Amino acid sequence: MIPAAFEYKRAGSAEEAINLIGQYGDEAKFLAGGHSLIPLMKLRLAQPTMLVDIGRVKDLSYIKDAGDHIAIGALTRHMDVEKSPVLSQHVPLLAHAAGYVGDAQVRHRGTIGGSIAHADPAGDIPATTLALGATYVVQGPNGKREIAAKDFYKGFLESALAADEMLVEIKVPKMNGAGWSFQKFNRRAVDWAIVGVAAWRNNGASGVALVNMGSTPVLASAVSSALAKGASVADAAAHAADDAEPQADLNASVEYRTHLAKVLVRRALEQASK
Amino acid sequence: MSITQERTNSIIGQRMLRREDPALLTGEAKFTNDLVIPGALHLAVLRSPYAHARIKSIDVTDALTMPGVIAIYTGKDLHATWAAPMPCAWPVTPDMKNPAHFPLALDKVCYVGDGVAAVLANSETESRDALDAIDVAYEPLQAVTDLEVALSDKTIIHEAIGTNKSYTWNLKVEATEGAVDEAFKNAAFTVSERYIQQRLIPMAMEPRAVVAVPQPFGGDITLYSATQVPHILKVMTAITLGIPEHQLRVVAPAVGGGFGSKLDVYAEELLCVALSRKHGAPVRWVEERTENTQSTIHGRGQIQNIELAADKDGKLTAVRVRLIGDMGAYLQLVTPGVPLLGAFLYAGVYDLPVAYDFSCTSVFTTMTPTDAYRGAGRPEATYAIEVAMDALARKMKIDPYELRKRNYIKKEQFPYTAFSGLTYDSGDHLAAAEKAMGHADYAAVRKKQATQNVAGARKRLGIGMTSYFEMCGLAPSRVLASLNYGAGGWESATVRVLPTSKVQVVTGTSPHGQGHETSWAMIAAEKLGVAPEDIDVLHSDTAIAPLGLDTYGSRSLAVGGVAIAGACDKVIDKARLIAAHQLECAAEDLEFAQGTFSVKGSHDKAVPLAAIAFAAFTAHNLPDGVEPNLEAQYTHDPKNFSWPFGAHICIVEIDTETGKVDVLKYIAVDDCGIQINPLIVEGQVHGGVVQGLAQALYEEAVYDTDGNLKTTNLAEYLVPAACDVPPITTDFTVTPSPTNQLGVKGVGEAGTIGAASTVMNAVIDALSGLGVTKLDMPASPNNVWKAIQAAQGGK
Repeated sequence: MIPAAFEYKRAGSAEEAINLIGQYGDEAKFLAGGHSLIPLMKLRLAQPTMLVDIGRVKDLSYIKDAGDHIAIGALTRHMDVEKSPVLSQHVPLLAHAAGYVGDAQVRHRGTIGGSIAHADPAGDIPATTLALGATYVVQGPNGKREIAAKDFYKGFLESALAADEMLVEIKVPKMNGAGWSFQKFNRRAVDWAIVGVAAWRNNGASGVALVNMGSTPVLASAVSSALAKGASVADAAAHAADDAEPQADLNASVEYRTHLAKVLVRRALEQASK
Repeated sequence: MSITQERTNSIIGQRMLRREDPALLTGEAKFTNDLVIPGALHLAVLRSPYAHARIKSIDVTDALTMPGVIAIYTGKDLHATWAAPMPCAWPVTPDMKNPAHFPLALDKVCYVGDGVAAVLANSETESRDALDAIDVAYEPLQAVTDLEVALSDKTIIHEAIGTNKSYTWNLKVEATEGAVDEAFKNAAFTVSERYIQQRLIPMAMEPRAVVAVPQPFGGDITLYSATQVPHILKVMTAITLGIPEHQLRVVAPAVGGGFGSKLDVYAEELLCVALSRKHGAPVRWVEERTENTQSTIHGRGQIQNIELAADKDGKLTAVRVRLIGDMGAYLQLVTPGVPLLGAFLYAGVYDLPVAYDFSCTSVFTTMTPTDAYRGAGRPEATYAIEVAMDALARKMKIDPYELRKRNYIKKEQFPYTAFSGLTYDSGDHLAAAEKAMGHADYAAVRKKQATQNVAGARKRLGIGMTSYFEMCGLAPSRVLASLNYGAGGWESATVRVLPTSKVQVVTGTSPHGQGHETSWAMIAAEKLGVAPEDIDVLHSDTAIAPLGLDTYGSRSLAVGGVAIAGACDKVIDKARLIAAHQLECAAEDLEFAQGTFSVKGSHDKAVPLAAIAFAAFTAHNLPDGVEPNLEAQYTHDPKNFSWPFGAHICIVEIDTETGKVDVLKYIAVDDCGIQINPLIVEGQVHGGVVQGLAQALYEEAVYDTDGNLKTTNLAEYLVPAACDVPPITTDFTVTPSPTNQLGVKGVGEAGTIGAASTVMNAVIDALSGLGVTKLDMPASPNNVWKAIQAAQGGK
């Protein structure tokens, strides 16, 4: 488990990091908590020749009440998201979901921004922020821009981030008392979800996103549409996989995964409706 | 002198904390890869990406120019180095086929992970980088991953032997000829079941690691290896490399688990020794986790067909078993013997007439070689009979516990001569089962189940049980001879009382997590009346403990521990002569208790062992004919296997929508005779149960049809973690072994032997109301859901 050779630079600020990544181009990667990238490098599935360590960029670790939304610095650790009183009050779904990422060691190292930028469809955080209608703030050589979560995920481990851009902040709308549920189905506690569901409901509005139901995190729009039209929870849940293209793997056939999505969406909506 | 003079409590039976743990828990323990060896070269092995392919060419030109690379060898380059192929010590039949197997493949690779080339470099990183620069041209051939297809010989893996079949081994015992067929003809009930023992990856926490260090002069070499078997490794390395055995020393430093996977002689051990001799430099290697999944042996891998015949009351009248064993690509050290270790146990703990028909045919496949994995043959056998017993109970529409009660060998029948001729020395299956039933509150669970498992219930309750024998403590040497095993089953111990009355216990067992240092000190402390902390246990180095047959098959206590007691007896016998001389009395007038010899009836005439030890050291005043020093060596060859037994019960709840199995409760009632240290016994039961439960619910080495292993890391191969396993209730009955002086039996494999069938019986019990009566392991959510769908669709 020895990665291929690489160079390493530590950035002191977002600007410095973006400058460095710009110099080294496609072969460079940001290193935050390292809990997605390092395992891939050890298996030599990823072989970046330059790592730009942003782990010590201190001013990107924060959770702030910004009025209608909560602003979360991209380098905030999962454990801080999980334990945040601000998030527990205003975005309890996200705080709760963060508690399901990996194990305690992973949550103390891994970052919310790293998880989103890695764009793993099996990650808990990408789908949860997608369900919540989050906006991601990214910074490049020419300044910052915002990308809606629903426009961010482009393919398996692919996002709308340009090679010289860095995710710096996640803006998550307050839930305003919406009912919510996070369903993570797996075989061992520390595993990625075989299927996961992040869902919230507030009067006619809802947001439902699926973990590990395709090459990207999936927004189950058909479920929300059905609910908006007054469908029952059970009827709406039957549309759980309409927007998904699940793959088979060692833990689940396509058929089983599709079935699980329906069951878990139903359970999530039942819980969110209470 | 700290010999405890006034010790009334027995040391045996105390829950002493393990003396090994402080070093392990603080990271101070030195594993093989922790050894600092100046000037060592690093070995990396290029492995085949193909399951079955011809090697057309190997181009190392570019790789040789990589930084730090010293040399690269192919199988052909090293062929003259080997005096013999890699060893298989268990030719189970005279006509067994055993293809020549060398540390690096010659012209063909036969599994993904087969070694193709060896790189030596100045650093681990450089050796690893160079692998990517070696260019091998392969001609891919058809992979063979299905045992029945393998048997058809459609694609022959080893052309030199002309068949994929390694051997067929039969054990047919009948009171009169045709008795088995007759029993099946006359049976009131029969069942015919087919089970798959999936391949398992042992996944010791420490992967394998090796360092070979040539000594400066004279050709001696020290081999450090993460092995369970330093003694066997020494003999086999000497033979395979043609090195004089006395020039080889093998050391197993701290070893982080084995479960049988380090009971072997591996290519990398031989490569390190051969290349260190060639280069006159130390050579080291450590296994990557992915390599570990591909190139360390796998366990299980059987197709089992079992048929039971029973009379109208459910009394078993005959058992017929047909196995196909998956050997993998080559025979490793004891590969062919593994299915046969279970051959005597397919009638389980039941009183079967002499009507038993067992046959095992073993085949080569293009997958990682299999070999002994915790339980080795016995979990498979126990699984088959115990799951089949539940099938029989369902067929008869009687309670599975009731069926077992009608068939148990009764307490008063022990010692019991089985159909096989083996003697089960002791047991009380009903007592163990009753105790387990009490913990489970069986009647209440059945009652709850009747109300819960109604049509349409989202969660269904199930309860399952197993009664087992662990046939272990390998083994009586004469029995091993009859099985054609290539070695004996004895164990050696030396007990040495030093001049200051501290004690050294030298054992031939080789612990890798079992806590031998703690337990062996307790045995010697009990025997000699010395405090355990005054006893040092020396092991796992052939220079310090030259005699031994190592640790596997739950043998260490039942054979090696008993050897220590025997050596203590010899020490005491010698000390008694010296004591009698000092006290001027007859030796037979002395009694020995709590470390002191005293004259029977006059306790003021006494001499402590400490004084005798010093007297034996100075030798100023010893009786005529008594040699100086207080030391004795004893070799124990057991008269019989040890026969631990027990009853396990599992209660599960299954979510019928998702197929997820939740284990609510697991109860293990085990009987391993006298317990030296109950804390360690419980730890063994916990670990064993988790490994059996893991086979039932989590683990499977998955191959695709091209022979690629799909589970090559711990995210894909699902070893359950502490938070994934249920609380385990452990309880015990104590039936001392009548065949050794300590009354002990093995316990290392008991949990694994009992658990898989217990869990699966509970799962099927929960689902049988839905029409699911068969389910392959692991009972993953997907598999359970699919079985429910199939059963419901079929209605």
